[in-house]
Amino acid sequence: MDREKRNHLIRLFVAIAAVYGLVLVLELTMRPTHMLFTVLKKGAIYSLVAVSMNLLNGFTGLFSLGQAGFMLVGAYTYAIFTMPVEVKASERVYKYYDCIVGFDTGVFVGLLAAGLAAALFAFLIGLPVLRLKSDYLAIATLGFAEIIRAVFQWDVLGPLTNGANLLREFKDLSRITFPFTDIPVPQTFFVFVVCGICILLIVLLINSSFGRAFKAIRDDETAAEAMGINLFMHKELSFVISSFFAGVSGALLAMFQYTVQAQQFRSMLTYEILLIVVIGGIGSISGSCIASFLYIALSEWWLRGLDMGTFLGIHAEHIFRSGFRRLAFSVIIMLIVLFFSRGIMGDKELSWARTSARLRRIFRKKEAV
Amino acid sequence: MKKKTFLLAMVLLSCAMVFAGGSGESDSTVVKIGVFEPASGDNGAGGKQETLGIQYANALTPTVAVGDKEYTVELVLADNESSNDRAASAAATLINAGASVVLGSYGSGVSIAGSDTFRVAGVPVIGITCTNPQVTEGNSHYFRICYLDPFQGTVLANYAYNTLGARKVYCLAKLGDDYSGGLVNYFVEQFTALGGEVVSETFPEGNSDFTSYIANAKNGGCEVFFSPVSTEAAQLIINQSASQGLGMPILAGDTWDSNVILQAALGKDVDITVTTFYPEGADPEFDASFKEWVNADSTRLSNNGGDDTISAVTAMGYDAYYFALQAIQNAGSTDPADIMEALWTTEIDGVTGHIALDQVNGDAIRNTVYVKHANTETGGWDALPAVVVD
Amino acid sequence: MADFFHQNLSYFLSGISVGGQYALIAIGYTMVYGILRLINFAHGDVFMCAGLMMVYLSASLPFAVSIPLVIVLTILLGFLIERVAYRPLRSAPRMSVMISAIGVSYLLQNAALYFTGGLAKVYPEIGFLARSVDIWGSTTRMVTIVTPFVTIALVFLLTFLIKHTKIGMAMRAVSRDFETSQLMGIKINRVISITFIIGSLLAAVASLLYFTNYASVTPTSGSMPGLKAFVAAVFGGIGSIPGAVIGAFIIGICENIIKGGASIFGIPGSGWTTFSDAFTFAFLIVVLVVKPTGLFGEKSVDKV
Repeated sequence: MDREKRNHLIRLFVAIAAVYGLVLVLELTMRPTHMLFTVLKKGAIYSLVAVSMNLLNGFTGLFSLGQAGFMLVGAYTYAIFTMPVEVKASERVYKYYDCIVGFDTGVFVGLLAAGLAAALFAFLIGLPVLRLKSDYLAIATLGFAEIIRAVFQWDVLGPLTNGANLLREFKDLSRITFPFTDIPVPQTFFVFVVCGICILLIVLLINSSFGRAFKAIRDDETAAEAMGINLFMHKELSFVISSFFAGVSGALLAMFQYTVQAQQFRSMLTYEILLIVVIGGIGSISGSCIASFLYIALSEWWLRGLDMGTFLGIHAEHIFRSGFRRLAFSVIIMLIVLFFSRGIMGDKELSWARTSARLRRIFRKKEAV
Repeated sequence: MKKKTFLLAMVLLSCAMVFAGGSGESDSTVVKIGVFEPASGDNGAGGKQETLGIQYANALTPTVAVGDKEYTVELVLADNESSNDRAASAAATLINAGASVVLGSYGSGVSIAGSDTFRVAGVPVIGITCTNPQVTEGNSHYFRICYLDPFQGTVLANYAYNTLGARKVYCLAKLGDDYSGGLVNYFVEQFTALGGEVVSETFPEGNSDFTSYIANAKNGGCEVFFSPVSTEAAQLIINQSASQGLGMPILAGDTWDSNVILQAALGKDVDITVTTFYPEGADPEFDASFKEWVNADSTRLSNNGGDDTISAVTAMGYDAYYFALQAIQNAGSTDPADIMEALWTTEIDGVTGHIALDQVNGDAIRNTVYVKHANTETGGWDALPAVVVD
Repeated sequence: MADFFHQNLSYFLSGISVGGQYALIAIGYTMVYGILRLINFAHGDVFMCAGLMMVYLSASLPFAVSIPLVIVLTILLGFLIERVAYRPLRSAPRMSVMISAIGVSYLLQNAALYFTGGLAKVYPEIGFLARSVDIWGSTTRMVTIVTPFVTIALVFLLTFLIKHTKIGMAMRAVSRDFETSQLMGIKINRVISITFIIGSLLAAVASLLYFTNYASVTPTSGSMPGLKAFVAAVFGGIGSIPGAVIGAFIIGICENIIKGGASIFGIPGSGWTTFSDAFTFAFLIVVLVVKPTGLFGEKSVDKV
């Protein structure tokens, strides 16, 4: 390994460690109900699903709109796996059905199962649909997501999924503790660790020989095939891996929300994630992450005032009424889509060298002015 | 260049927002009451009417005595959009704003979905018209001042079987909706126990074509159409039943006690009976002054559905506000934990009757269900004899 | 057999009428896709906006004025969307345009949410269309009977336009080969604008028919019909107008048969209504897998 590269890695590692340290310190010192933590948790979860979508859309060139469906599978699997047996047996959650699942597992088994279940669904769905091209693939995956949603709401499966009703009282973020103790795990830190590991795995995959094959497929299918890359196998692989992480993020979303219901995993959720990927830059992992945090912070926190009468100190109840936040938000999105269609990062990654160069340029310009 | 401007703008925006979005540190003599109600979506109309009741009560009594100090009550509104997945973030907004106690929500699903967020933060919530038992079951922070679905469902089933003389009923609920699903479930339990027969179906989210469900009810030989769904779906059901010639009485629960229903039914050939919490006219003084207040402002009037009909949920919202004030007063503190403690023993005499909570789940002890029939000529409600169960 | 139809007539009537309404929306999707290769996600929301405009305009204007006005305004909306959100991205990657379409859809829904205050708006009753009629023992609305005829008449008109006029020829040329037709002197932008105008016109007509039947308009009223119309367009072979119409009728009828399943076929248990929306997609996927270009779609050839 040459020196430049090693230095780069060390700097990267230090930066990431600093972020994690900061999160941990903030969490231990600040009021835990502060909106900041909601944004950090949800932002991290959306980062993971955005990166997983980016793996498909940005790195393999498969235009899939099935993300919401796989998140649903993951969320339900996690909830069903980790819900304590006595809750399942009681009337509290399975009100109209008798739950047929007679076991419960820990958090990590649950998360793993969530990913595996989503991956299994993806494997089966991929067999027919990955033969389709571009828009047709998008529509077919969108359709499958809708079908998955309907299946999970079907009352015949009620003893397993509680029909279309809410699932709750599983091991959500407020109920997880360190193994063998009663000490609660710092919630935001936990989400960051899980999402961080998953994103790291995706990055390693992209930089492996598989990743190079994915990119070759994205750039030119015919050429890739001529080079001896098994198109279908690699597409299926990318689809399954992406869905695995979508499933994990679905499970995390369920943990974060404390409840989960099939209804919420509509195509709108997929569009939202797609918007994040595009805003961040198609083909940029760090772009997806930055965009997720910005997106969540804007929609959940910073623009809230637009709905509640007062924004940036301006009080106007008749303009800033319910719904204005979403209107303003969609105008911002439209502006980004129209004028910055390459997104925040384009297809580049965040790097120290580039950032410092850019900052230097900006400051030099300011001095000149 | 473009990108640079963009980045710079983003950074500036972020900095500005962190300060703007920070939670307002509360004034020492202000107590915040959170209003966790839908202002849009399926239940937006009902949520707005319930909020009006709270706002009216707040306009009448804007302060509360805590210990020997007079505190100003500030209402903090958060729209849960009638959607279970938005409930958690609306709840987090209220908690972040520093609400000492929260009122709401209209709609059982969002109440259940938001419940755990309040539990973790240790903030007590007073459910106003969420009738599903699961809202308060097995927790100690969610209270409620209305009756429950097992009770309402039983009353409705008895009404259908005994008063309307029906032996086969068509039940239609919304898929994944805790309110209509729960109420239909309890209705079916009681109705089949009486010896009746039911056909039960659900419609998916976003459905607006009810003609086939109406045809199912007709073809199935049903005698009553029971559909305790949101007012938004109700409008469509009423409209389409009139044009399809449903030809049987429609029965529904408390959500249908709304002027939205009256306006949809006006001049149509439909027969609608609903059960509810409060009949207009029960407290003439409250009615008259509320109407005056609503008519004084065009926004209030439009939030009330365009006219000054009093919905039961408005009266319930009004009572809930006073119930919360009483609890704050009893607690002698604005700390959520103290209020939660005090709520168990709080009692008031509201316009909807005496309100006291049981000691198991913190549900109101109520024994009266009011029954109303829609008058399609005058566009008002005709009161039917109330049902009192001991 | 006659007996079976008689008994279940109301399901078929509902199906045919909603199918006709889907068909009118589907044509907008299929024409735009045919020319721009763009899934115009905002089309369903244009349809919803037409409904909302009618609600507001008819409150103060007589139908004779408000109906034409709604149609004109909807056309303007469609035209503006293309001008502002799609035209600047003409040379951008296709994904960007699609995202822009999703963005517009999001914007229209949220604008509707804000201006309606999030509440359902009651659609006005258009005298003649809203009347109840009895047909062979089932009661329904006049609009149910009128819809298929209106749809078919409009489709014939449109087919004539495309086959026998100059602008129609230009449209066909552009959808066959975008770049060559540009070189041949066809004013691409004009052709695209006209496509959007026709699509919006049909969406406005569809909204009149649809909302007369299902008389409430919410910000999300357009998304499901839009999605189903789009599926119909793919099902019929995207780019083909007769295909879209046939697809729409099939989807409309099947959907109502599923909702009535328990009653029509006497199947006990009613969980099937859960699938009335999902069925549409299942159907689509089967078609895509078996015949990827849809019923009447043209074969696409990969050029290396």
